[in-house]
Amino acid sequence: MSSEQIIFYILSFWFIASSLAMIFARNAAKAVLFLVLGFFSAASIWILLEAEFLAITLILVYVGAVMVLFLFVIKMLNIDKSTMRAKFAEYLPLGLIVALIIIAEMILVLGSAQFGLEVMPSPARHGADYSNITVLAMQLYTTYVYPFELAAVILLIAIIAAITLVHKKETTHKKQNVSEQVNVRAKDRVRLVSIVSPTKEEK
Amino acid sequence: MMALWQSFVLGVHELIPWLDGNVATIIIILIKAMALIMPLLLTVAYFTYIERKVIGYMQLRIGPNRVGPKGWLQPIADALKLMTKEIIFPSKANIYLFLLAPILAIAPAIAVWAVIPFDEGIYITNLDVSLLYVLAIGSIGVYGIILAGWASNSKYPLLGALRSASLLVSYEIVIGFALVTVVMIAGSVNLNTIVAGQQGGVINWYFIPLFPMMIIFFISALVETNRAPFDVVEGESEIVGGTHVEYSGMTFAVFFLAEYANMILMAVLAVILFFGGWHSPFEGLGMLEAAFAWVPGIVWVLAKSTFFMFLYLWVRATFPRFRYDQIMRLSWKVFLPITIVWIFVVALMTQLQIGPWFS
Repeated sequence: MSSEQIIFYILSFWFIASSLAMIFARNAAKAVLFLVLGFFSAASIWILLEAEFLAITLILVYVGAVMVLFLFVIKMLNIDKSTMRAKFAEYLPLGLIVALIIIAEMILVLGSAQFGLEVMPSPARHGADYSNITVLAMQLYTTYVYPFELAAVILLIAIIAAITLVHKKETTHKKQNVSEQVNVRAKDRVRLVSIVSPTKEEK
Repeated sequence: MMALWQSFVLGVHELIPWLDGNVATIIIILIKAMALIMPLLLTVAYFTYIERKVIGYMQLRIGPNRVGPKGWLQPIADALKLMTKEIIFPSKANIYLFLLAPILAIAPAIAVWAVIPFDEGIYITNLDVSLLYVLAIGSIGVYGIILAGWASNSKYPLLGALRSASLLVSYEIVIGFALVTVVMIAGSVNLNTIVAGQQGGVINWYFIPLFPMMIIFFISALVETNRAPFDVVEGESEIVGGTHVEYSGMTFAVFFLAEYANMILMAVLAVILFFGGWHSPFEGLGMLEAAFAWVPGIVWVLAKSTFFMFLYLWVRATFPRFRYDQIMRLSWKVFLPITIVWIFVVALMTQLQIGPWFS
C-alpha cells in the first residue's frame, strides 16, 4: 500500500467511526462533537482528492458556523430523554421502512454502475501550480453562471422569509433604542442653570 | 537564509538515506513547525509582560518589576506558578469535555500559523487557499470557549459561552466580507500572492484603497480575540470571568496562551493583508531603499506587527467595556453594511483601474 492509501483508510475509518459514534452518543453535545470530527475527516479526504477549496469551505461553513449554532441551541434546550425513548417502539417500523428506502436509493445511485472505475477513471494527479479554486470559479461563473445566481437569489429569499416570519412587531415589552443611547450628549441629560445665590442682606 | 535552509534540507535527506522520502519530509516539516512554535510561545510569554508594563505606564504605575532585573523574569515565574498549581475539576462537570476545551482552544490558534508567510518563500506550507484556511481554522477556536462554558456545569461560564458563540459568529461574517475586498484587489486567496501584489512602496499597500476595511478588520480582530473593550466573554464586573471561572492552573493558562497567540496572529495578518507583509516601507525611495536593502523581510513583518500588538494594549488601556447589545449592533447594523458597500466601491475601482492597485 502506498502512503496515500494508508492515509485514505485512516481517514475513512475515522469518518465512519465518528459518524457511528454520533448516532449512538447519548449526550447531544457529544453527538455534535462527533459530527464535527466526521466533517473534519470528510474535509481531509477531499484534500487528498486535491479539492482543497471544497474542503476548507466545508470546515468554514459547517464546522465554523453551523455546528457552533447547533451547540448553541443544544445548550439552551432541556432535552427530556424519557419522552424521546417512550415512543421508540411506535416509530421503529416506519423508521425502518424509511431507512431501507434510503439505502436502496443510495445503492442505485452511488453503486459501481455510476461510480465504478470503468465509468469514472480515477482522477489524474495535478502539478504544484494547479489551483482548484480557479478551476471551480471558471466553471461556476461561466458555464453555470445562471444556476449559480439563481441559487443565490433563492437563498436570499429564504433568509428574508425566515426573518420576516420571526420578526414580529414587539408590543409586549419595551426595547432600548441603541442609536439614541449612543448619540446622547451631555446637554440632553443635564441642564445647567445659573442661580444667583441670595446674599445675607436679601434674606 | 534561504540558501542555508536549502542546504539543511539536502543534508537531512543525505543524513538519513535509509528513510523513506516521505518520512524525511515529515521530519523537515516538524523541524519547521518547532522553529515557529518555540519563538511564538516565547513571544506570547513576553507579550503578557509587555502588556502589564505598557498598561502600567499608561495608568501611571510601574508594572511588574520585582522578579529578575526590571521584572524580565516575571513571565517565567508566572508560567512556573501556573504549572505547579492544582487543576480543580468541578463536581458534576463533564471531565472529558472539560479537558478537551483548552486543547480545542490552543490547537487551532497554533495550526493557523502553518500558512503565514514571513518572507518570500519562508513559510511552513504554501497552501493555495491559505486565506480561507486562516478563516476556517480560526473559526474552530470558538469550540474551546463554548465547550469550556458547557462542560463546567456552572452558570457564569455558560453565560460567557453564549455571549462568545454569538459574538464570534457575527464578527466572522464581518471579517469575511472585509477580506473579500482584499481578495478582489489581489485576485487571489493565497497569502503569498496577496503580499507579492503589494510590492513597490507604501503607496501600493492595500490599506490605502481599503482604509475603512482595515479599521473594521482591526476592530473585529479585537472582538474575535476577546480583547478589551469587547471582552464581554470574560467581563469580570458582569459575569465574574466568564468561561474561565472553573479553570485553574495549566488549563487556565492554556486558554490565555490561545488568546495571545490569536492576538499575535491577527496583528501579523493585518500586516500581510493591508501593510505590505515582508516588503520594506522604503521601497521605491532610491537612497533609502538601497540603505535598507540588507534588512531581511521577516524583520519588516515583525516590526510592523509589533505596532499592531501595541495597538491592542493601547486600546485596552483607553476604552471602557462595550455593552453586549451594542457590540451586536456594531456588527450587524454598522460594520456589515459598510463592508458590503465597500465591496461595490472596490468593484468600481477595479473597473475604472484606479491608482497603482487595480492595474
